[in-house]
Amino acid sequence: MNFFELLSFGFIQRAIVAGCFIAILCSILGNFLVLRKLSLIGDGLAHVTFGSVAVGLLLNLYPMYVAIPLTLLSGYGILLIVEKAKLYGDAAIGIVSSAGVSLGILISSIAGGFNIDLFSYLFGNILAVSNEEVLISVLLSVAVIIVIICFYHQLVSTTFDEDLAKVSGIKTKRINVILILLISLTVVLSMKIIGIMLVSSFLILPSVSSLQFARSFKEALFLSCIFSLFSVFTGIIISFSLNLPTGAVIVLINLCIFLISFLLKKLNFTGL
Amino acid sequence: MPAIKVSNLSVKYEGFEIFRGISFTVEEGDYIALSGPNGSGKSTLVKAMLGLIEREDGNIWIFDKQIKDFDEWYKIGYVPQKLNINPFFPASVEEVVSMGLLSRYKLSLKFKKYDKKKVLDVLEMMGILDIKNKNINKISGGQFQRVIIARALVSEPDILILDEPTTALDPETREKFFDILSSINKERHVTIILITHDTGTVGKYANKLMYFDRKIVFFGTFDDFCKSESMSHYFGYGSQHIICHRH
Repeated sequence: MNFFELLSFGFIQRAIVAGCFIAILCSILGNFLVLRKLSLIGDGLAHVTFGSVAVGLLLNLYPMYVAIPLTLLSGYGILLIVEKAKLYGDAAIGIVSSAGVSLGILISSIAGGFNIDLFSYLFGNILAVSNEEVLISVLLSVAVIIVIICFYHQLVSTTFDEDLAKVSGIKTKRINVILILLISLTVVLSMKIIGIMLVSSFLILPSVSSLQFARSFKEALFLSCIFSLFSVFTGIIISFSLNLPTGAVIVLINLCIFLISFLLKKLNFTGL
Repeated sequence: MPAIKVSNLSVKYEGFEIFRGISFTVEEGDYIALSGPNGSGKSTLVKAMLGLIEREDGNIWIFDKQIKDFDEWYKIGYVPQKLNINPFFPASVEEVVSMGLLSRYKLSLKFKKYDKKKVLDVLEMMGILDIKNKNINKISGGQFQRVIIARALVSEPDILILDEPTTALDPETREKFFDILSSINKERHVTIILITHDTGTVGKYANKLMYFDRKIVFFGTFDDFCKSESMSHYFGYGSQHIICHRH
Protein backbone atom coordinates (compact mmCIF):
# COMPACT_ATOMS: atom_id res chain seq x y z
CA MET A 1 0.00 0.00 0.00
CA ASN A 2 1.47 3.32 -1.00
CA PHE A 3 1.35 6.62 0.87
CA PHE A 4 -1.57 8.08 -1.13
CA GLU A 5 -3.69 4.94 -0.73
CA LEU A 6 -3.12 5.26 2.99
CA LEU A 7 -4.37 8.84 2.96
CA SER A 8 -7.55 7.80 1.14
CA PHE A 9 -8.82 5.93 4.21
CA GLY A 10 -11.47 7.89 6.10
CA PHE A 11 -10.13 6.94 9.53
CA ILE A 12 -6.61 8.09 8.56
CA GLN A 13 -8.02 11.41 7.33
CA ARG A 14 -9.98 11.84 10.56
CA ALA A 15 -6.90 10.97 12.61
CA ILE A 16 -4.73 13.47 10.75
CA VAL A 17 -7.28 16.31 10.98
CA ALA A 18 -7.98 15.80 14.70
CA GLY A 19 -4.32 15.11 15.45
CA CYS A 20 -3.07 18.23 13.68
CA PHE A 21 -5.48 20.54 15.52
CA ILE A 22 -4.61 19.00 18.88
CA ALA A 23 -0.90 19.15 17.97
CA ILE A 24 -1.09 22.89 17.32
CA LEU A 25 -3.01 23.47 20.55
CA CYS A 26 -0.68 21.41 22.71
CA SER A 27 2.49 22.89 21.27
CA ILE A 28 1.31 26.49 21.72
CA LEU A 29 0.08 26.00 25.29
CA GLY A 30 3.10 23.82 26.10
CA ASN A 31 5.41 26.83 25.65
CA PHE A 32 3.53 28.79 28.30
CA LEU A 33 3.60 25.83 30.68
CA VAL A 34 7.28 24.97 30.26
CA LEU A 35 8.37 28.58 30.68
CA ARG A 36 6.24 28.95 33.79
CA LYS A 37 7.76 25.76 35.22
CA LEU A 38 4.29 24.23 35.23
CA SER A 39 5.09 21.43 32.80
CA LEU A 40 3.45 18.76 34.92
CA ILE A 41 0.09 20.47 35.08
CA GLY A 42 -0.87 18.58 31.92
CA ASP A 43 -0.01 15.33 33.66
CA GLY A 44 -2.04 16.28 36.74
CA LEU A 45 -5.07 17.28 34.73
CA ALA A 46 -4.77 14.17 32.59
CA HIS A 47 -5.11 12.13 35.77
CA VAL A 48 -8.27 14.07 36.54
CA THR A 49 -9.65 13.17 33.11
CA PHE A 50 -9.06 9.53 34.06
CA GLY A 51 -11.42 9.95 37.01
CA SER A 52 -13.84 11.97 34.87
CA VAL A 53 -13.95 9.32 32.15
CA ALA A 54 -14.71 6.71 34.80
CA VAL A 55 -17.59 8.88 36.07
CA GLY A 56 -18.87 9.25 32.50
CA LEU A 57 -18.72 5.52 31.85
CA LEU A 58 -20.42 4.79 35.19
CA LEU A 59 -23.26 7.19 34.40
CA ASN A 60 -23.41 5.93 30.82
CA LEU A 61 -22.68 9.40 29.47
CA TYR A 62 -20.27 10.35 26.70
CA PRO A 63 -16.97 10.61 28.69
CA MET A 64 -15.79 13.84 27.03
CA TYR A 65 -18.95 15.66 28.12
CA VAL A 66 -18.26 14.70 31.74
CA ALA A 67 -14.50 15.24 31.50
CA ILE A 68 -14.72 18.81 30.15
CA PRO A 69 -16.53 20.40 33.16
CA LEU A 70 -14.74 18.26 35.76
CA THR A 71 -11.28 18.96 34.34
CA LEU A 72 -12.02 22.68 34.00
CA LEU A 73 -13.09 22.72 37.66
CA SER A 74 -9.97 20.82 38.68
CA GLY A 75 -7.74 23.23 36.76
CA TYR A 76 -9.36 26.13 38.58
CA GLY A 77 -8.99 24.11 41.80
CA ILE A 78 -5.21 23.98 41.31
CA LEU A 79 -5.12 27.77 41.10
CA LEU A 80 -7.29 28.11 44.21
CA ILE A 81 -5.09 25.71 46.20
CA VAL A 82 -1.97 27.69 45.23
CA GLU A 83 -3.61 30.98 46.14
CA LYS A 84 -5.59 30.08 49.25
CA ALA A 85 -3.42 27.36 50.81
CA LYS A 86 -0.20 29.19 49.79
CA LEU A 87 1.23 25.98 48.33
CA TYR A 88 3.62 25.73 45.40
CA GLY A 89 2.13 24.73 42.05
CA ASP A 90 3.71 21.26 42.03
CA ALA A 91 2.10 20.39 45.38
CA ALA A 92 -1.30 21.62 44.19
CA ILE A 93 -0.95 19.62 40.97
CA GLY A 94 -0.04 16.55 43.03
CA ILE A 95 -3.13 16.90 45.22
CA VAL A 96 -5.56 17.29 42.31
CA SER A 97 -3.81 14.61 40.27
CA SER A 98 -3.95 11.98 43.01
CA ALA A 99 -7.59 12.85 43.71
CA GLY A 100 -8.41 12.25 40.03
CA VAL A 101 -6.62 8.90 39.86
CA SER A 102 -8.16 7.74 43.14
CA LEU A 103 -11.62 8.61 41.86
CA GLY A 104 -11.00 6.70 38.64
CA ILE A 105 -9.67 3.58 40.37
CA LEU A 106 -12.47 3.62 42.94
CA ILE A 107 -15.25 3.92 40.36
CA SER A 108 -13.78 1.35 37.98
CA SER A 109 -13.34 -1.03 40.90
CA ILE A 110 -16.92 -0.58 42.15
CA ALA A 111 -18.59 -0.60 38.73
CA GLY A 112 -16.37 -3.04 36.86
CA GLY A 113 -17.07 -4.06 33.28
CA PHE A 114 -15.82 -0.92 31.58
CA ASN A 115 -12.09 -1.40 32.06
CA ILE A 116 -11.59 -1.93 28.31
CA ASP A 117 -13.24 1.43 27.51
CA LEU A 118 -11.18 3.11 30.22
CA PHE A 119 -7.99 1.63 28.75
CA SER A 120 -8.78 3.13 25.33
CA TYR A 121 -8.73 6.57 27.01
CA LEU A 122 -5.61 5.79 29.05
CA PHE A 123 -3.52 5.04 25.97
CA GLY A 124 -5.58 6.81 23.29
CA ASN A 125 -6.63 5.53 19.91
CA ILE A 126 -6.41 8.23 17.30
CA LEU A 127 -7.25 5.81 14.50
CA ALA A 128 -10.64 5.16 16.10
CA VAL A 129 -11.67 8.82 16.27
CA SER A 130 -15.25 9.30 15.09
CA ASN A 131 -16.61 12.10 12.88
CA GLU A 132 -18.30 13.63 15.91
CA GLU A 133 -15.02 13.62 17.87
CA VAL A 134 -13.18 15.23 14.95
CA LEU A 135 -15.82 17.96 14.80
CA ILE A 136 -15.64 18.59 18.56
CA SER A 137 -11.82 18.64 18.44
CA VAL A 138 -11.73 21.07 15.52
CA LEU A 139 -14.37 23.43 16.92
CA LEU A 140 -12.91 23.55 20.41
CA SER A 141 -9.36 23.84 19.06
CA VAL A 142 -10.37 26.82 16.93
CA ALA A 143 -12.09 28.40 19.95
CA VAL A 144 -9.00 27.90 22.11
CA ILE A 145 -6.69 29.28 19.40
CA ILE A 146 -8.90 32.39 19.03
CA VAL A 147 -8.71 33.00 22.79
CA ILE A 148 -4.91 32.60 22.68
CA ILE A 149 -4.67 35.11 19.80
CA CYS A 150 -6.87 37.62 21.66
CA PHE A 151 -4.83 37.39 24.88
CA TYR A 152 -1.47 36.64 23.25
CA HIS A 153 0.46 39.69 24.52
CA GLN A 154 -1.04 39.38 28.00
CA LEU A 155 -0.19 35.67 28.17
CA VAL A 156 3.40 36.25 27.03
CA SER A 157 3.91 39.19 29.38
CA THR A 158 2.52 37.30 32.39
CA THR A 159 4.71 34.32 31.53
CA PHE A 160 7.76 36.60 31.27
CA ASP A 161 7.34 38.16 34.73
CA GLU A 162 4.10 38.38 36.67
CA ASP A 163 5.01 41.50 38.68
CA LEU A 164 6.00 43.45 35.57
CA ALA A 165 2.79 42.32 33.90
CA LYS A 166 0.73 43.54 36.89
CA VAL A 167 2.38 46.97 36.76
CA SER A 168 1.50 47.06 33.05
CA GLY A 169 -2.13 46.86 34.17
CA ILE A 170 -2.61 43.25 33.14
CA LYS A 171 -5.08 41.36 35.32
CA THR A 172 -2.65 38.51 35.87
CA LYS A 173 -5.08 36.47 37.97
CA ARG A 174 -7.58 36.53 35.13
CA ILE A 175 -4.88 35.59 32.61
CA ASN A 176 -3.78 32.68 34.83
CA VAL A 177 -7.38 31.45 35.03
CA ILE A 178 -7.75 31.71 31.24
CA LEU A 179 -4.51 29.80 30.69
CA ILE A 180 -5.40 26.99 33.05
CA LEU A 181 -8.89 26.64 31.60
CA LEU A 182 -7.43 26.45 28.09
CA ILE A 183 -5.00 23.77 29.24
CA SER A 184 -7.77 21.81 30.96
CA LEU A 185 -9.82 21.86 27.77
CA THR A 186 -6.82 20.85 25.68
CA VAL A 187 -6.00 17.92 27.94
CA VAL A 188 -9.56 16.61 27.60
CA LEU A 189 -9.45 17.02 23.81
CA SER A 190 -6.11 15.20 23.68
CA MET A 191 -7.10 12.15 25.72
CA LYS A 192 -8.67 10.27 22.82
CA ILE A 193 -5.87 11.22 20.44
CA ILE A 194 -2.74 10.67 22.48
CA GLY A 195 -4.07 9.04 25.62
CA ILE A 196 -4.30 10.21 29.23
CA MET A 197 -0.92 8.68 30.10
CA LEU A 198 0.97 10.50 27.34
CA VAL A 199 -0.76 13.86 27.06
CA SER A 200 1.77 15.76 29.17
CA SER A 201 4.63 14.68 26.90
CA PHE A 202 2.66 16.06 23.96
CA LEU A 203 2.53 19.38 25.81
CA ILE A 204 6.16 19.42 26.94
CA LEU A 205 8.33 17.82 24.24
CA PRO A 206 7.60 20.08 21.20
CA SER A 207 8.13 23.12 23.40
CA VAL A 208 11.46 22.02 24.92
CA SER A 209 12.68 21.09 21.44
CA SER A 210 11.79 24.50 20.04
CA LEU A 211 13.48 26.24 22.98
CA GLN A 212 16.80 24.77 21.80
CA PHE A 213 16.61 26.99 18.69
CA ALA A 214 14.15 29.85 19.20
CA ARG A 215 15.40 33.42 19.37
CA SER A 216 11.98 34.89 20.03
CA PHE A 217 8.70 33.73 21.55
CA LYS A 218 6.96 33.70 18.18
CA GLU A 219 9.77 31.58 16.78
CA ALA A 220 9.34 29.14 19.69
CA LEU A 221 5.61 28.85 18.99
CA PHE A 222 6.20 28.33 15.27
CA LEU A 223 8.92 25.69 15.72
CA SER A 224 6.99 23.76 18.36
CA CYS A 225 3.95 23.67 16.04
CA ILE A 226 6.11 22.35 13.19
CA PHE A 227 7.70 19.66 15.40
CA SER A 228 4.33 18.65 16.79
CA LEU A 229 2.61 18.48 13.40
CA PHE A 230 5.50 16.46 11.98
CA SER A 231 5.29 14.00 14.87
CA VAL A 232 1.53 13.52 14.46
CA PHE A 233 1.69 13.07 10.72
CA THR A 234 4.63 10.66 10.67
CA GLY A 235 3.40 8.97 13.85
CA ILE A 236 0.05 8.09 12.27
CA ILE A 237 1.66 6.76 9.09
CA ILE A 238 4.36 4.74 10.88
CA SER A 239 2.05 3.31 13.53
CA PHE A 240 -0.52 2.23 10.94
CA SER A 241 2.11 0.75 8.63
CA LEU A 242 3.88 -1.17 11.41
CA ASN A 243 0.77 -1.88 13.50
CA LEU A 244 2.07 -0.01 16.55
CA PRO A 245 0.17 2.09 19.14
CA THR A 246 -0.13 5.56 17.59
CA GLY A 247 0.07 7.67 20.77
CA ALA A 248 3.30 6.01 21.86
CA VAL A 249 4.85 6.38 18.38
CA ILE A 250 3.95 10.10 18.26
CA VAL A 251 5.53 10.69 21.67
CA LEU A 252 8.68 8.74 20.73
CA ILE A 253 9.05 10.76 17.53
CA ASN A 254 8.76 13.92 19.65
CA LEU A 255 11.42 12.52 21.97
CA CYS A 256 13.73 11.90 18.99
CA ILE A 257 13.17 15.47 17.79
CA PHE A 258 14.11 16.74 21.25
CA LEU A 259 17.26 14.62 21.40
CA ILE A 260 18.34 15.77 17.92
CA SER A 261 17.60 19.41 18.83
CA PHE A 262 19.52 19.09 22.08
CA LEU A 263 22.51 17.49 20.34
CA LEU A 264 22.51 20.13 17.61
CA LYS A 265 22.54 22.84 20.25
CA LYS A 266 25.32 21.13 22.21
CA LEU A 267 27.35 20.79 19.02
CA ASN A 268 26.55 24.44 18.27
CA PHE A 269 24.83 23.63 14.97
CA THR A 270 21.93 25.93 15.70
CA GLY A 271 23.82 29.00 14.50
CA LEU A 272 22.94 30.93 17.66
CA MET B 1 -2.07 66.94 42.68
CA PRO B 2 0.27 64.50 44.46
CA ALA B 3 1.70 61.77 42.24
CA ILE B 4 1.49 59.21 45.04
CA LYS B 5 -0.04 59.48 48.48
CA VAL B 6 0.52 56.75 51.06
CA SER B 7 -1.48 56.77 54.27
CA ASN B 8 -0.98 54.57 57.32
CA LEU B 9 0.48 51.72 55.25
CA SER B 10 1.23 48.47 57.10
CA VAL B 11 2.63 45.28 55.59
CA LYS B 12 3.11 41.84 57.11
CA TYR B 13 4.89 38.88 55.54
CA GLU B 14 4.03 35.42 56.87
CA GLY B 15 2.86 36.96 60.13
CA PHE B 16 6.01 39.05 60.52
CA GLU B 17 5.47 42.80 60.53
CA ILE B 18 7.69 44.50 57.95
CA PHE B 19 6.52 48.02 58.75
CA ARG B 20 3.48 49.79 60.22
CA GLY B 21 1.71 53.13 59.80
CA ILE B 22 3.81 54.57 56.98
CA SER B 23 2.48 57.84 55.53
CA PHE B 24 4.06 60.16 52.99
CA THR B 25 3.31 62.08 49.81
CA VAL B 26 5.26 62.16 46.58
CA GLU B 27 4.65 65.35 44.60
CA GLU B 28 4.59 65.45 40.81
CA GLY B 29 8.07 66.09 39.45
CA ASP B 30 9.84 64.87 42.60
CA TYR B 31 13.06 62.92 42.20
CA ILE B 32 13.33 60.89 45.39
CA ALA B 33 16.30 58.78 46.39
CA LEU B 34 14.99 56.02 48.66
CA SER B 35 17.78 54.65 50.77
CA GLY B 36 18.28 52.50 53.85
CA PRO B 37 20.12 49.44 55.11
CA ASN B 38 19.67 45.96 53.64
CA GLY B 39 16.43 44.33 54.81
CA SER B 40 14.92 47.66 55.84
CA GLY B 41 11.81 47.11 53.70
CA LYS B 42 12.49 49.56 50.84
CA SER B 43 11.58 47.08 48.08
CA THR B 44 8.55 45.90 50.08
CA LEU B 45 7.41 49.51 50.49
CA VAL B 46 7.60 50.07 46.73
CA LYS B 47 5.86 46.77 45.94
CA ALA B 48 3.07 47.60 48.39
CA MET B 49 2.71 51.05 46.80
CA LEU B 50 2.21 49.35 43.42
CA GLY B 51 -0.22 46.78 44.78
CA LEU B 52 2.16 43.90 44.07
CA ILE B 53 1.92 42.62 47.63
CA GLU B 54 -1.05 42.60 49.95
CA ARG B 55 -1.14 45.30 52.57
CA GLU B 56 -2.29 44.73 56.11
CA ASP B 57 -3.71 48.21 56.43
CA GLY B 58 -3.60 51.67 54.88
CA ASN B 59 -4.47 53.41 51.66
CA ILE B 60 -2.57 54.35 48.51
CA TRP B 61 -3.60 56.93 45.94
CA ILE B 62 -1.92 57.33 42.57
CA PHE B 63 -2.82 60.61 40.89
CA ASP B 64 -5.69 61.00 43.36
CA LYS B 65 -7.17 57.58 42.55
CA GLN B 66 -7.29 54.79 45.08
CA ILE B 67 -4.98 52.05 43.84
CA LYS B 68 -7.86 49.58 43.50
CA ASP B 69 -9.54 51.99 41.06
CA PHE B 70 -6.35 53.06 39.29
CA ASP B 71 -6.26 51.82 35.71
CA GLU B 72 -3.87 54.18 33.90
CA TRP B 73 -0.91 51.87 34.35
CA TYR B 74 0.89 53.27 31.33
CA LYS B 75 1.63 56.21 33.64
CA ILE B 76 3.81 53.94 35.79
CA GLY B 77 7.20 52.56 34.83
CA TYR B 78 8.73 50.00 37.20
CA VAL B 79 12.14 48.39 37.27
CA PRO B 80 12.24 45.69 39.97
CA GLN B 81 15.37 44.65 41.82
CA LYS B 82 14.97 41.03 40.75
CA LEU B 83 12.97 39.46 37.96
CA ASN B 84 11.42 36.04 38.18
CA ILE B 85 12.25 35.15 34.59
CA ASN B 86 12.84 31.67 33.25
CA PRO B 87 16.47 31.74 32.02
CA PHE B 88 15.36 29.94 28.85
CA PHE B 89 12.66 32.48 27.97
CA PRO B 90 12.99 32.91 24.19
CA ALA B 91 12.40 36.62 23.70
CA SER B 92 14.29 39.16 21.64
CA VAL B 93 15.32 42.47 23.20
CA GLU B 94 12.70 44.24 21.07
CA GLU B 95 9.94 41.85 22.19
CA VAL B 96 10.71 42.46 25.87
CA VAL B 97 10.74 46.24 25.48
CA SER B 98 7.46 46.08 23.48
CA MET B 99 5.80 44.38 26.46
CA GLY B 100 6.02 47.76 28.24
CA LEU B 101 3.47 49.15 25.77
CA LEU B 102 0.78 46.70 26.84
CA SER B 103 -0.31 49.07 29.59
CA ARG B 104 -1.74 51.35 26.89
CA TYR B 105 -4.01 48.67 25.50
CA LYS B 106 -6.82 46.75 27.14
CA LEU B 107 -6.84 44.02 24.53
CA SER B 108 -4.40 44.19 21.68
CA LEU B 109 -4.08 41.90 18.72
CA LYS B 110 -1.25 43.89 17.20
CA PHE B 111 0.82 46.89 18.18
CA LYS B 112 0.46 49.95 16.01
CA LYS B 113 3.18 51.30 13.69
CA TYR B 114 4.12 54.26 15.88
CA ASP B 115 4.60 51.86 18.80
CA LYS B 116 7.46 50.27 16.87
CA LYS B 117 9.07 53.70 16.54
CA LYS B 118 8.68 54.29 20.28
CA VAL B 119 10.41 50.99 20.97
CA LEU B 120 13.27 51.80 18.61
CA ASP B 121 13.65 55.31 20.10
CA VAL B 122 13.91 54.01 23.65
CA LEU B 123 16.32 51.26 22.57
CA GLU B 124 18.52 53.94 21.04
CA MET B 125 18.27 56.12 24.15
CA MET B 126 19.46 53.19 26.28
CA GLY B 127 22.23 52.36 23.79
CA ILE B 128 20.94 48.88 22.94
CA LEU B 129 19.49 49.42 19.47
CA ASP B 130 22.21 47.27 17.90
CA ILE B 131 21.12 44.21 19.91
CA LYS B 132 17.37 44.55 19.31
CA ASN B 133 17.08 41.16 17.60
CA LYS B 134 19.27 39.30 20.07
CA ASN B 135 17.79 36.74 22.42
CA ILE B 136 17.77 38.08 25.99
CA ASN B 137 19.59 34.90 27.09
CA LYS B 138 22.55 35.89 24.93
CA ILE B 139 23.19 39.37 26.31
CA SER B 140 25.22 40.54 29.32
CA GLY B 141 23.76 41.39 32.74
CA GLY B 142 24.34 45.10 32.12
CA GLN B 143 22.62 44.96 28.73
CA PHE B 144 19.70 43.05 30.25
CA GLN B 145 19.35 45.69 32.95
CA ARG B 146 19.14 48.36 30.22
CA VAL B 147 16.49 46.28 28.42
CA ILE B 148 14.32 46.25 31.57
CA ILE B 149 14.84 49.98 32.06
CA ALA B 150 13.89 50.56 28.39
CA ARG B 151 10.77 48.44 28.97
CA ALA B 152 9.81 50.75 31.85
CA LEU B 153 10.44 53.90 29.80
CA VAL B 154 8.70 52.89 26.57
CA SER B 155 5.17 53.71 27.74
CA GLU B 156 6.37 57.27 28.51
CA PRO B 157 5.38 57.02 32.18
CA ASP B 158 4.64 59.94 34.48
CA ILE B 159 6.03 58.05 37.47
CA LEU B 160 9.16 55.94 37.27
CA ILE B 161 10.00 53.61 40.15
CA LEU B 162 13.37 51.91 40.04
CA ASP B 163 14.67 49.40 42.57
CA GLU B 164 18.47 49.43 42.55
CA PRO B 165 18.65 49.62 38.75
CA THR B 166 22.33 50.37 38.44
CA THR B 167 23.82 47.36 40.24
CA ALA B 168 24.71 45.53 36.99
CA LEU B 169 25.90 48.64 35.14
CA ASP B 170 29.51 49.68 34.65
CA PRO B 171 30.49 53.15 36.02
CA GLU B 172 30.32 54.84 32.60
CA THR B 173 26.85 53.43 31.79
CA ARG B 174 25.72 54.23 35.35
CA GLU B 175 26.66 57.90 34.97
CA LYS B 176 24.92 58.02 31.59
CA PHE B 177 21.85 56.36 33.09
CA PHE B 178 21.69 58.92 35.92
CA ASP B 179 21.95 61.68 33.29
CA ILE B 180 19.04 60.14 31.33
CA LEU B 181 16.93 59.93 34.52
CA SER B 182 17.79 63.50 35.39
CA SER B 183 16.83 64.78 31.93
CA ILE B 184 13.47 62.98 31.84
CA ASN B 185 12.78 64.31 35.35
CA LYS B 186 13.59 67.88 34.36
CA GLU B 187 12.39 67.97 30.76
CA ARG B 188 9.37 65.67 30.87
CA HIS B 189 8.55 66.37 34.53
CA VAL B 190 8.53 62.63 35.26
CA THR B 191 8.33 61.77 38.95
CA ILE B 192 11.13 59.41 39.96
CA ILE B 193 11.51 57.17 42.99
CA LEU B 194 14.91 55.51 42.95
CA ILE B 195 15.93 52.89 45.51
CA THR B 196 19.68 53.11 45.83
CA HIS B 197 22.56 52.69 48.20
CA ASP B 198 24.53 55.13 46.10
CA THR B 199 23.16 58.21 47.87
CA GLY B 200 26.39 60.07 47.19
CA THR B 201 26.03 59.87 43.39
CA VAL B 202 22.26 60.19 43.20
CA GLY B 203 22.45 63.19 45.53
CA LYS B 204 23.71 65.18 42.53
CA TYR B 205 20.39 64.60 40.77
CA ALA B 206 17.61 63.85 43.28
CA ASN B 207 15.81 66.68 45.03
CA LYS B 208 14.60 64.61 47.99
CA LEU B 209 15.92 61.80 50.13
CA MET B 210 13.89 59.25 52.04
CA TYR B 211 15.85 57.17 54.52
CA PHE B 212 13.84 54.10 55.37
CA ASP B 213 14.57 51.56 58.07
CA ARG B 214 11.20 49.80 58.60
CA LYS B 215 9.98 53.34 59.31
CA ILE B 216 10.64 56.69 57.70
CA VAL B 217 13.77 57.89 59.45
CA PHE B 218 14.09 60.95 57.23
CA PHE B 219 12.10 62.37 54.33
CA GLY B 220 12.94 65.77 52.96
CA THR B 221 15.28 67.69 50.71
CA PHE B 222 18.98 66.95 50.60
CA ASP B 223 19.62 70.39 52.05
CA ASP B 224 17.41 69.60 55.06
CA PHE B 225 19.15 66.26 55.37
CA CYS B 226 22.55 67.91 55.44
CA LYS B 227 21.46 70.39 58.07
CA SER B 228 19.67 67.81 60.21
CA GLU B 229 21.37 67.21 63.53
CA SER B 230 19.20 64.16 64.22
CA MET B 231 20.46 62.64 60.96
CA SER B 232 23.98 63.43 61.99
CA HIS B 233 23.27 61.53 65.18
CA TYR B 234 21.67 58.63 63.22
CA PHE B 235 24.31 58.24 60.53
CA GLY B 236 27.34 59.57 62.31
CA TYR B 237 28.79 62.89 61.21
CA GLY B 238 31.26 61.26 58.77
CA SER B 239 28.67 59.48 56.63
CA GLN B 240 26.36 62.47 56.51
CA HIS B 241 29.28 64.67 55.52
CA ILE B 242 30.28 62.31 52.66
CA ILE B 243 26.75 62.33 51.19
CA CYS B 244 26.36 66.09 51.57
CA HIS B 245 29.85 66.88 50.32
CA ARG B 246 29.14 65.04 47.05
CA HIS B 247 25.73 66.65 46.83
